[in-house]
Amino acid sequence: MDPTVAPAAPLTGLRHKDLLGIAGLTPEEVVLILDTAEAMKEVGQRAIKKVPTLRGKTIVNLFFEASTRTRTSFEIAEKRLSADTLNVAIATSSVTKGETLVDTAMNIEAMAPSMIVLRHASSGACHLLARICRAGIVNAGDGLHEHPTQALLDAFTIRERKGRIAGLKVAIVGDLLHSRVLRSNVRLLTKLGADVWVCGPRTLIPVGIEALGVRATTRVDEAVEGADVVMMLRIQLERMQGAFFPSLREYFTTFGMTEARVARAKDDVIIMHPGPINRGVEIASEVADGPFSVILDQVANGVAVRMAVLYLLAGGAEHETAA
Amino acid sequence: MAVVMDADRISRALTRIAHEIVERNRGVDGLALVGVRSRGVPLARRLATALKTITGDDVPTGALDITLYRDDLMRHQVGPQPLVRKTEIPFSIDDATIVLVDDVLYTGRTTRAALDALIDFGRPKVIQLVVLVDRGHRELPVKADYVGKNIPTSRQESVQVRLLELDGTDEVVLDRPEG
Repeated sequence: MDPTVAPAAPLTGLRHKDLLGIAGLTPEEVVLILDTAEAMKEVGQRAIKKVPTLRGKTIVNLFFEASTRTRTSFEIAEKRLSADTLNVAIATSSVTKGETLVDTAMNIEAMAPSMIVLRHASSGACHLLARICRAGIVNAGDGLHEHPTQALLDAFTIRERKGRIAGLKVAIVGDLLHSRVLRSNVRLLTKLGADVWVCGPRTLIPVGIEALGVRATTRVDEAVEGADVVMMLRIQLERMQGAFFPSLREYFTTFGMTEARVARAKDDVIIMHPGPINRGVEIASEVADGPFSVILDQVANGVAVRMAVLYLLAGGAEHETAA
Repeated sequence: MAVVMDADRISRALTRIAHEIVERNRGVDGLALVGVRSRGVPLARRLATALKTITGDDVPTGALDITLYRDDLMRHQVGPQPLVRKTEIPFSIDDATIVLVDDVLYTGRTTRAALDALIDFGRPKVIQLVVLVDRGHRELPVKADYVGKNIPTSRQESVQVRLLELDGTDEVVLDRPEG
């Protein structure tokens, strides 16, 4: 080793104020988040599951859409890092009096929070707030666009089980059209070199999805054949306007993940689902609760991944002096 | 740039410290070593080996990452954010004698963070501190129990500890600023 040549400094921080989507991250930044999440996972295994890192920071969880898992997961992550957290439940907020998203955000901003975790039904809502807020914006799901922390926790779970992501065959099956989880996962998994297949009824395959570097099929057996990872997506009835398939029963018969279909995948396949699951619609109960399922691991890992994101954004952000 | 400790000197210092640990604690019963990442960890492992040679007993050894306990995390606008790594303490520290191991003692802020981090894992009977180099300039009331070498420095100088396990060589270097 030549002592005069300093080795290239490894990436140790995110130089962003916000996490708006996987699209804005480099592969190195994704790996940094996953590596940091490993350390955060250890914190969650201690007797005292709390570190003082974000003491004195205020994080507002602003959820304009229903959420149990994601909001709870963010809140636990924030509390484990000692941030002060505030949940704004939209049902009881001024939004019901006609306040716009921007006005709501500007009012919260005026109270100088360090970060705002935002979920909103409109794609791009986080980008809009990121431009007008000093606070860092963390996207907790925006419309049909992205849900970056879900994709990160999925990648963390895959890496934890398989030791790698590059070269794995990942089949994503279900309601592709209405899924921001799909869009974030496709971006992340292709960035890290996975072979990604997407599968669903023709009516639920977004036009031009192949441009993101995936293979699309309507034949679930083809997607699952030899897969290392099978990721099921929920049929999002609440977002569907119109008839995309004849009936839930027929959907299950054609696309539902049954033990017989799982048998086509690799022997050590893992079955994933971002939740909430519709048993008997996209996934059979025997599969959801079966030996290949890592669905609850995903939930557990979500806390560690969100801690990593909050830590990396808080440390790297430029808004800290301004606040 | 001046080499202030070479491989032999580091090795002799660690052997002496191992003997001092045994003497002070009358053996290694209930004793555990915890290295502060990064360079405290290989130092703690080397001390464990030395203690085994002296007493024949295995001393449990762990690794502590203090990044999440630092007091300067949000103070740097630019410059690298420290990478968080895992803390690995695979034993109970309750009622144990914990020997904390770090490479350089300077302001004392790392030690403060390490004490906070350690105490989140339990309630040790006593915590003692080993440092390979004490370079002075304390900003907090912290004192090492075992010191490899006291090196008087100015604040403008930097002390680099390089260890075989991480850096491919064993040496302590004192860097003076240019000009």
